[in-house]
Amino acid sequence: MDDLIADFVAECREMLEALGGEIVAWEAQPDDRARLDSIFRFVHTVKGNCGFFDFPRLEALSHAAEDALADVRAGRRHADGTLVSAVLAIIDRISEMVAAIEAGEDMSAGDDSALIASLEPGAEGPVAPLVTTTTDVATKASAAPRTIRLSVELLDRVMSTVSDMVLARNELARRLRESTTDVPVDGAFERLSSIIAEMRDAITRTRMQRIENLFVGLPRMVRDLSAELSKQVLVDVDGGDVELDREMIEMIRDPLTHIIRNAVDHGIEKPAERLKAGKREIGVLSVSARQSGNQILIDIQDDGRGIDGKKLVEKAIANGDIAKEDAAQLSHRDQLALIFEAGLSTAKQVTAISGRGVGMDVVRSNIERIGGIVEVDSRLGEGTRMTLRVPLTLTIIPALTVSIAGQHFAIPRSAIEEIVRSNGESVTLEHLGGAGVATIRGRRVPEVSLATILGLKSEVDENDRTLVVLRPAGGDVYALSVDRIHDHEELVVKPAAPAVMATSLYAGTTLADDGSPILLMDPAGIAEVGGVKLETLERAARIAEVPAAAVSRATAVLLFRGLDGGRRALRLAVVDRIEEVAAANIKQAAGQLRVQVGDAILPLAGASAAEVGEGKIRLFRLNDGAHEIGYAFAEVVDFATIEHDVIHAERPGEISGVSLINGEPAELVDAHWLFAHHVGTAARASGQLVCRMPRDDPWMQNMLRPIVEAAGYRVIGEDAEGDADLVIASQGEKVDAANAIYLRNEPEPKGKKDDSIYRYDRAGLLMALKSAGGGRRK
Amino acid sequence: MSELLLVVTIAGERVALPAAAVESVVELDTLIPVPRAAPHIAGLAALRSRVLTVIDCMRSLELGDTDCSDGIREAAVVELDGHHYALIVDLVEDVVESLSEPAAVRAAMEPGWDRVSQGMVETEQGPLLLVDVAALIAGVEAKAAA
Repeated sequence: MDDLIADFVAECREMLEALGGEIVAWEAQPDDRARLDSIFRFVHTVKGNCGFFDFPRLEALSHAAEDALADVRAGRRHADGTLVSAVLAIIDRISEMVAAIEAGEDMSAGDDSALIASLEPGAEGPVAPLVTTTTDVATKASAAPRTIRLSVELLDRVMSTVSDMVLARNELARRLRESTTDVPVDGAFERLSSIIAEMRDAITRTRMQRIENLFVGLPRMVRDLSAELSKQVLVDVDGGDVELDREMIEMIRDPLTHIIRNAVDHGIEKPAERLKAGKREIGVLSVSARQSGNQILIDIQDDGRGIDGKKLVEKAIANGDIAKEDAAQLSHRDQLALIFEAGLSTAKQVTAISGRGVGMDVVRSNIERIGGIVEVDSRLGEGTRMTLRVPLTLTIIPALTVSIAGQHFAIPRSAIEEIVRSNGESVTLEHLGGAGVATIRGRRVPEVSLATILGLKSEVDENDRTLVVLRPAGGDVYALSVDRIHDHEELVVKPAAPAVMATSLYAGTTLADDGSPILLMDPAGIAEVGGVKLETLERAARIAEVPAAAVSRATAVLLFRGLDGGRRALRLAVVDRIEEVAAANIKQAAGQLRVQVGDAILPLAGASAAEVGEGKIRLFRLNDGAHEIGYAFAEVVDFATIEHDVIHAERPGEISGVSLINGEPAELVDAHWLFAHHVGTAARASGQLVCRMPRDDPWMQNMLRPIVEAAGYRVIGEDAEGDADLVIASQGEKVDAANAIYLRNEPEPKGKKDDSIYRYDRAGLLMALKSAGGGRRK
Repeated sequence: MSELLLVVTIAGERVALPAAAVESVVELDTLIPVPRAAPHIAGLAALRSRVLTVIDCMRSLELGDTDCSDGIREAAVVELDGHHYALIVDLVEDVVESLSEPAAVRAAMEPGWDRVSQGMVETEQGPLLLVDVAALIAGVEAKAAA
C-alpha cells in the first residue's frame, strides 16, 4: 500500500509541475481546448486515485473542479478569470495535500467548502478575465517525452560502476603500455576504450534533466507576482529542452527565482508608468536557455526601467564600498556590477518581494559556487538583461593535475588562464613584505604558493616552480605556484565530506587514472585563504591602467588564413614574430614536420607535408617563454579581439573552439595544445649552450652531433652567426675560439703537445663537453 | 530490542559500533592527506570508485595519534549524510547482539569518550560503550563550535 501511495504522490507531483504553465496559458486563452483537457485530465486522475486510497478531502476538491471543468468542456460555461483563479486555488490545495501525504501527515481535518463554493458560476460576481492580451506564452502544449521512472540511487550506482570501469580501463591501458602487445590486442582495447567512453557519456546524460523542469513554474510565479503588484507581465520562456545536470538545476533554482522576482518588482513598471514612457502597458519578461560549448547560458531579460548605474555608485559611495575618486573611473559595466555588492539596492522602498539589499550578492555567490558567472547588462529606461553562465555538469570537470611535495591536486581547467614558468623570460617573481608578486609580461598579479597555503614543504626551489595563472569564476587573476604540472584529465568529481569542505580550499574529491584519490582545489577558496584581495585589487589595478583597461580586457588575437584556407585566430601574446622561409627548409624529421629558421630547427605546426608545396612559406614563431615552435599560415587577415562567445571544441586538439571574429566564424588555435604536442626534446630551448661544428662533415653531423646535443648544446654550423660556447673541429684545423675541441682519427696522440681527443673516446669527449659548459656557467 | 553491534578496539578499549551503520570493514593501504583539514581527518582513501574520508579515531577522541606509518590499517566504513567515512580502529573483533537498551554511564569518562558516548549496552561479552558514529566523525572542533 505504501508503495502505491508513493507512486500516487510521485505521479501527482509530476503532473502538478507540468501543469503550472498550462493553467496560466489556459487563462490567457480560455478557449484553448488542449490546455483545458490536460487540466481536466489531472483533476480527473486525482479524483480516480482518491477513491481508491480514501482521501475524502482530495476527492471532494478534485470532484468539484472536474465538474466545473466538464461544464466548460461541454460549452455550458465560459472559462473566466474567476473560474481560473478558483481552479488554481484548488490545484494549490491539492498540491499541499499531496505534500502532506508524502510527509505522512494527517490531513483529514480542514474545510475546503469555501474553495469549492468559489467554483460555482457567478461566485464572486462577473469578473472580466484578468489578462486578456497575453497570447503566445508557449503555443504548444509540451508533448511529454517517453520516460520511465528510475530511482536516483540506481542511477548513481550505475554511474559509479561506470566510473569503476573507466578506472579499470585506465589501469589496463597502463599495463598494456608497459608490455609489448600485438596490434590486434591494441585494436581490441581501443574499441573497448571508445565503447566505455560512449557509455560514460550516455550515463552522464541520464543525470541530465530538461531545464523545462525549472521553467514550468515560472509563468505561474510571474502571474502571481504581477497580480500582487498590479502590473502586467508577459512571460516568454524559450529553450526548455536544454539539458542540464539534475543537481545543477536545483542549484540555480533559487538564483533564477530571485532574479525574476527582481525583474518583476523593480524592472517592469506599472502600466500607467509604462504608457507614459511610451511603452506597451504589458511588460515582457523573457527567459531563455541555450547551450554554448560546455556552458549553459540562461538569459533573463525585461523591458523595464533598467538599472541606474549612477545611483548605484552614489549608494556604494554612501555605504563606503568604494572611494569617491575611484567611482568616477568606473565604466558603465563596472557600475552595474555594483549590484552584486552586499547591501546595495536602489529600490526606493523595501517591498515584501525584493529590495532588501540582500539578494544579488547571494545570487552571485550561489552561481559562483557551482563554477558559474552572472553578468548584468542594462540600459536606463530600456530594460535589463541578466545572464547566468553555468557549466553543463557538476560531475565531470576537465582539470589540470599539479603536485606539491609529491602529492597530487587537481585544478579545474575553467579557472586557468595560463601557465608560466616562474623562471621564464617574461616572468619575474618578487616579494614585498612577505607577499609574492609575479610580473607576467608586464602585468602584476598576486602570487600565492600552494605549498605555503597547504602547509606542505616543497622540495622545489621557488624559482623553479610553475605558476598557474588562475581566474576564479567572476573573480580576479592571481598566480598559484606549484611544484610541477602533470596532466590534463577529465575528472569525475564528487563532493567531499563536510570536514574536508570546511577548509574551503577544496571543491571536491575525485579519483585519478590510477585509482588514487585526488583533491580538487577551489580557486576562489585558495585566493581567500591565501589572502589575495581580489575585488579591491582588481579595481585598483584597473584604475591604474585607464583608459586602455576596457580594451585590454578583451583577448587580442591575430586573425589569419591557414594553408588550408581556414580562418583562424591565435592569441597575440604567444606570437613572437613572423618569418618567411623557403619551403625547402621544411622537412619531415624525427617524427614530425620541422622547419629551419636561421640556425634553429623548430617543430612546425599548422601544415601537413602536402600543403607545404614550393616557394616561400610564412610562419609565426610562437614562444611560451621556454620553447619555440613554428606555425605555418597563408596570410594575416587582421588584428582583432574576441568579443563573442567561444564555442569550445569537443575534445582538446589544435583548435580549441570557434568564435565570431569581425562578423565571421574563426577557429581559435590552442597554443597550449600546440606546445604540449609539438615540443619534444628537440624543441629549441632558449638560453642553451651553443656548439659550433662543421656542417659539411657527415661524421660530425651524424655521429657526434647527437652526443653534443644530449650534453645540452645547441649545434650550429661553422658559418652561422652568433657566439658559440664551444667549437669542435678536426685536428689540423685552426679555429678562433676560447673553447675548442680538436678531434683526431688515430687512437694515439701524435706527441706530448697534442691536446686533441680521439674521435671515439666517448668519455674524453663528454668530459671536454662538460668542462666547456662549466666554463661558461662560472 | 536487540541490535547487532560491531565490537572494535580503539585506543586499546573495546567499544561497540551499531552494526547497521557499518557498511563494511576494510583494510586501508595508502592514505592521501588532506592539508589544512581538521586534525582527526587522517586523509582520503579509495575504495573501489568511492572516495573515503578517513577518520583517525584516536585523534577524534583526543587520545593521541594513530600510527599510520606501518602501512595497512583496519577501518570500519560508515555512511553519514551521503558521504563515506572510514574509521581507523585498532582491531575489528566481532559482531555481538546487544542485550539491553543503552543506559547512561554514571561514572566520569574521559572527555573524548564522553563526547561520543551513546551509553552503555549489555552484551554477552559484558558491558560495552556504544559509540555515536556521527560524533566520532565530527571530531573535537565541531563540538567546540556548536
